[in-house]
Amino acid sequence: MTKMVNLKIDGKPIQAEAGMNLVDVAKQNGIYIPTLCYFKELNPLATCRICTVKVNGKEITGCTVKVAEGMDIEVTTPELLDNRKAIIEMLYAEGNHFCPSCEKSGNCDMQNLGYDMGITVTRYPHVFSDKIVDFNPKRMIMESNRCILCKRCVEEVKTKDGKDVFSFVQRGVKTRVQIDYEQEANLTEAEAIHAMNICPVGAILVKGMIHEQPFGERKYDLLGKDIKPVVKKDPLRQRDGGKFIVATTSLAGCFGCHMSLLDIDTELLDVLELVEFNKSPLTDIKKFSKQCHIGLVEGGCSNSENVEVLREFRKKCDILVGFGECAIMGGIPAMRNFVPLKECLDEAYLNGVTTEVGADVVPGHEDIPKLLNNVYPCNEVVKIDYYIPGCPPNAQHIWKVVKSILLGEEFSIAHDEFKYD
Amino acid sequence: MITENKVDRSKLMDVIWDIQRKKFQITHDDISKIAQEFDMSRMELEGIVTFYHFYHRTPCGKYTIYLNDSIVSEHSGRPEVLHAFEEALGIKLGRITADGTFGLFKTPCIGLSDQEPSCLINFKPFTNLTPEKVRDIIGRLRNGEKPSKICDKPKTNIRYTPEPERTVFFKPYTTYSSLDKLNEYEPSEVIELVKKSKLTGRGGAFFPTGLKWQFCSQNEADIRYIICNADEGEPGTFKDRVLLQEHPELLIEGMILAAYAIGCSQGAIYLRAEYMYLKKELESLLEEYRNNGYLGKDIKAKKPFDFDIYIHMGAGAYVCGEETALIHSMEGKRGEPSTKEYFPVEKGFNGKPTVVNNVETLCAVPRILNMGLDKYLTLGTEQTPGTKLLSVSGDCGKPGLYEIEWGMKLREFLKLIEARNTKFILFNGYAGECLSEADFDREISGKNLLADDDLLHFKDTEEYTQKMSGKGLRAGGSVMIFNKGRDLLHVLKNVADFFVAESCGICVPCRTGNFLLNKKIDRIKLGHGEEKDLEEIKEWSKIIKTTSRCGLGKMSSTALNDAIFKFPEVFGTILSENTDFNKAFNLDDATIDYDHIINEMTSDYD
Ligand SMILES: Cc1cc2nc3c(=O)[nH]c(=O)nc-3n(C[C@H](O)[C@H](O)[C@H](O)COP(=O)(O)O)c2cc1C
Ligand code: SF4
Ligand code: SF4
Ligand code: SF4
Ligand code: FES
Repeated sequence: MTKMVNLKIDGKPIQAEAGMNLVDVAKQNGIYIPTLCYFKELNPLATCRICTVKVNGKEITGCTVKVAEGMDIEVTTPELLDNRKAIIEMLYAEGNHFCPSCEKSGNCDMQNLGYDMGITVTRYPHVFSDKIVDFNPKRMIMESNRCILCKRCVEEVKTKDGKDVFSFVQRGVKTRVQIDYEQEANLTEAEAIHAMNICPVGAILVKGMIHEQPFGERKYDLLGKDIKPVVKKDPLRQRDGGKFIVATTSLAGCFGCHMSLLDIDTELLDVLELVEFNKSPLTDIKKFSKQCHIGLVEGGCSNSENVEVLREFRKKCDILVGFGECAIMGGIPAMRNFVPLKECLDEAYLNGVTTEVGADVVPGHEDIPKLLNNVYPCNEVVKIDYYIPGCPPNAQHIWKVVKSILLGEEFSIAHDEFKYD
Repeated sequence: MITENKVDRSKLMDVIWDIQRKKFQITHDDISKIAQEFDMSRMELEGIVTFYHFYHRTPCGKYTIYLNDSIVSEHSGRPEVLHAFEEALGIKLGRITADGTFGLFKTPCIGLSDQEPSCLINFKPFTNLTPEKVRDIIGRLRNGEKPSKICDKPKTNIRYTPEPERTVFFKPYTTYSSLDKLNEYEPSEVIELVKKSKLTGRGGAFFPTGLKWQFCSQNEADIRYIICNADEGEPGTFKDRVLLQEHPELLIEGMILAAYAIGCSQGAIYLRAEYMYLKKELESLLEEYRNNGYLGKDIKAKKPFDFDIYIHMGAGAYVCGEETALIHSMEGKRGEPSTKEYFPVEKGFNGKPTVVNNVETLCAVPRILNMGLDKYLTLGTEQTPGTKLLSVSGDCGKPGLYEIEWGMKLREFLKLIEARNTKFILFNGYAGECLSEADFDREISGKNLLADDDLLHFKDTEEYTQKMSGKGLRAGGSVMIFNKGRDLLHVLKNVADFFVAESCGICVPCRTGNFLLNKKIDRIKLGHGEEKDLEEIKEWSKIIKTTSRCGLGKMSSTALNDAIFKFPEVFGTILSENTDFNKAFNLDDATIDYDHIINEMTSDYD
């Protein structure tokens, strides 16, 4: 006879078999505790920490809890929900996930949780860690950019004589999974596919087996469609005849982002219903004539004029948005940061193949803006309120950001727009 | 130790150590050979070797120098010492000389904080370094003198003990005297005694020792283990080293008493690699105990028993001080903390009930037995009787080891150690609290009345001081003092670097969370900081604290958050005053190269 115990989950009284796993008990009773690394009752790995709940007021991972009499469990408090979201966001910030080109997209547990929690952007800065993609194993590819170090493969996949195929190497932020080539070669095809399937993300790939399933018909494809943007209570107040004022500029950029701005074609007319442009290459207005709601900045700072314009924008615009990679991280112009300025100038004006013979002068005049030692992303010079990544960013996205800010909607990219595949 | 497996994985680390010491690296071939010997895949072994920072996969020099990287060392003159090493050897930190003779590396605190700057050369200690001393050492090593011949004997620096009859640890001890009492005690009576003494764990978690022993003894098993945690990795702590130097017999007898009480037949001392120089003497002492019938088969007691102790060497990983990580390490695995599904007393070493105790905890037991419970209970405070060892370092007149009765006021203690002009204290090491003047009226006790999150409920430091004065200050062992001249942020950066380097990497909040917090500190240090950064530090810390698997992640951001709360003026002035414009960016500085180039060119023409 198994012993039954009484416990409470989110205030709901529940009876369950003593010693059962909390995640399973909750599930049976219609309460969802998200999990990522958990997949076998016998051996919880407790690496991902997503299932963190409170048992009698103390935080603990749900997948390691065996239910006992009198437990008071909290699962869906705002704080715990935010913790879970934070962890997924941190996983995205730490790895390099580019879902549109990922073989696991649509089948990926982490992507699914991301949609489910309505994550559009992570609160953490991207770590940009150098990860290894290992094509050497006979049958598999190890894509460390996507590995979340859940340890499933390490614990689950063994050869017939019990040896590990996948192992954690290094420690701390440098920890990664490495495949043992010799042991991997001993796996059968079925075992290799099993390894790919137990990986919750797209880190383990079996060569030649990847696009078996067509995109668009996968496990999680329908999720997230019902998430609607949240509208804030106090949108920006409109000025002057109800229109919002927008300014744009291109600093050290290629104007590609501005070209992209125009890519919405006739929808531009709708935009003009809503906004009026002040200083901008689009209007050719050279000087600010009034305070603006939003300033859109393309490009980083390469010379003193860029700095002055950017500072002017900061003063004249309530909200400053950096759009495109050059504004955000320096982009292509920043490639010169690896070369001393002197060499750059010599190459451009003195030694380069395209310089005119005899014109061996580096221009220097008080009217010419001075080149900076380095090319700086905008946020190293002034405060940037929002970033729109892309090279160039998609036109729809740019206007959507502008609209969201102006109308006080929470920015979110709907599921359909997000999917490129 | 005996296991059912054909190969005994617990020997793995010793085997790797043998090769590391002989060849000054673990080569590809070694990995293959050892992996075969232990019947594991190459990569699994690679994972173990790369986990511990004293194992090297590339040559680390016939003389491997590890210079302490902790902040106290830096404040004691480490930069000049490092420079002297680099100059004498002609290499930079992290490199080896072309002939492979010398390697120069950094390592976190090596347990000599009261005699910094210090380093280990082939794991022999060299203390109170100066540039001259460095040049002398290198010269002598070049002349063929052995590190073991020219190294220092670390001072014990015992600065203070209560009057003799109120002292627990540092007073003369008659070897075997506690063990001879075992004729009078049943095992359960020993447990009862320890429970009544209210002894709590001195490794930092303060778990009641008697209770831990009782739980372990109650778990049915064919074998139980007792492990002494001598990993002492918390920066600034060196009390366990001093105990091992002064009274190793107390530790051994404490373990024997524990084994008798719990019914353990095997014991181990997990000794951190940084204390390798203590191993030989410990081993010969163990041999003495064996020869005299106090270890081995049929140890004399009311109920005779079998018990022996061996030493397991660590290999450089702070997290291995965490008891479940320590057990994994002893099992020849990566030192990752366990999932916490079971306590070690349920499933510990090799899946058997295991007690892990700190050196100081175990050393207290024979003393309590000899002293008698009644006498012991008169020491310290009512809730936490006895004395506490504190390792003191940093800006004070008398750094060293202090044995104080629980209950002393911090202010009084600061007077004792001759700390003047104190601005802040890292209390309990890097994983501890950051104390300010607001805390000086608190008393040092084993009870902490401040729950972790309580900081958040205080408006400001004034309210904090009012409410906290006289409240208990739970002391683990390390007290690092910093005076008004020290840069708080610089210290916090050193702390943050430590946790990034020492996180085991198993869980993302700690692995990447600490990395991101570290970046935040960089930002603030560079003058890019904003009010928002402080808010984010607080929020992120809370997430890291609540979701991390082990104490490392749970404690890593405590000092940082304390500091933000207690030193608003420091952070206030560092943050950009006008956050719209980045103060760190200066147009004149940013165009300096260009000005140079143009100036040079125009002057050429003249
Ligand atoms: C990251 C981390 C490091 C630790 N390091 C040590 C250590 O170096 N020495 C120690 O005795 N305990 C250390 N501990 C505490 C141990 O986990 C454990 O609580 C202790 O060894 C139990 O012994 P005690 O009850 O006698 O204190 C550490 C804990 C954590 C979380
Ligand atoms: S592993 Fe998942 S989250 Fe990562 S890129 Fe692939 S689909 Fe996206
Ligand atoms: S490869 Fe996949 S299964 Fe293995 S640890 Fe990484 S995410 Fe988990
Ligand atoms: S909190 Fe840090 S050290 Fe502890 S288990 Fe997690 S990653 Fe490892
Ligand atoms: S599912 Fe519980 S920690 Fe990953």
